[in-house]
Amino acid sequence: MSTNRRGFISLAGGCALAWAGKAAVEALSEQASPVVQGKRWAMVIDAAKCLREKGCRKCIEACHRTHNVPALAEPRHEVKWIWKESFEHAFTSQAGEYMREELRGSPVLVFCNHCNQPPCVRVCPTQATWKRAEDGIVMMDWHRCIGCRYCVAACPYGSRSFNWLDPRPHVEAINPEYPTRTRGVVEKCTFCEERLERGLPPACVEACPEKALTFGDLRDANSEVRRLLRERYSLRRKPELGTEPEVYYIV
Amino acid sequence: MRDQPIIFAGLALFLGLITFPIWYNLARGQSARGPDIRLPGAQLQCVAPTDYMRASHMDLLIQWRDQVVRSNVRQVTAFNGKVFRASLTNTCLAQCHSNKAEFCDRCHNYSGVGTPYCWDCHNEPRTARAGLVPASSKKRSEP
Repeated sequence: MSTNRRGFISLAGGCALAWAGKAAVEALSEQASPVVQGKRWAMVIDAAKCLREKGCRKCIEACHRTHNVPALAEPRHEVKWIWKESFEHAFTSQAGEYMREELRGSPVLVFCNHCNQPPCVRVCPTQATWKRAEDGIVMMDWHRCIGCRYCVAACPYGSRSFNWLDPRPHVEAINPEYPTRTRGVVEKCTFCEERLERGLPPACVEACPEKALTFGDLRDANSEVRRLLRERYSLRRKPELGTEPEVYYIV
Repeated sequence: MRDQPIIFAGLALFLGLITFPIWYNLARGQSARGPDIRLPGAQLQCVAPTDYMRASHMDLLIQWRDQVVRSNVRQVTAFNGKVFRASLTNTCLAQCHSNKAEFCDRCHNYSGVGTPYCWDCHNEPRTARAGLVPASSKKRSEP
């Protein structure tokens, strides 16, 4: 078969067109594929129930015991996954000079909000923290964290702690099933993803004697969290920042 | 042959130096036969053939780590079809290699590869016991 110049150029052009067309079809078909509808874990906290038992720290202790969170007294070195914050610090936009007196200084349980638009994930230079597509949990890969603390600065809720010291000597009783962290790594609440995987609720939810914490799937219209949010008035922390937190407070 | 004493002294010194590693190991009570590791019971089946595990267990662990943490895939199917939970602490050590010191450490020490930093965070099962804290971690108290 003899090839002339014109024939060769048309064949080459045809091939190039087919190749480009294939890429375009692939790109379009990816967009057209249905979005995987996974879970969307969320927490609803009944503030009144939480306050019922004065000075209760059962959820905090359960969480920190399960996840080998060190107890460091020095506030500069503190590591915490779940803790109590005063109302005016937790809900800065709700607090004011003339606010209800009983709310002032009233403790509010706070932890990672597992935001829909997590600023910590946007700033992480190594993708050591990311939002899990299948259930919305803002995950952490401690193997990958380089300790730059951009996420600590980015999180508007103070949910992230940096390990300034080696945490191991400060963990009272190490739970061998869960790793500790090392110096130079950031950590935070993971919604107990290791327990969810085994079909267990988060440790704090399980530990609460008043059942003030409700955990569930927002994508399931019949879930307990959806029922509570439908029937009761709820607040989220700093919603004006557009982070879309997924921890709700019933007031 | 005036230099005979010097030559023989030099030869003896040379032989002594060149065989030093042998004497050194003999003095330390180490044999060249290989590490004396304690294997789990013979009825137990590992997740991969022994040869692969001996050479590439670290690759396997890194692969498990990435699939568990990044992809949330916790189950692994072993070469023989058995399904395991991918976890160094909760599967390998908890179910078979219950003595890290006599299995992992002996071979690691023999090969001179030391303790990998996995153990800076990950725990031995049952090592909730006090004294788990490695000596190196006690040195520094301030960043």
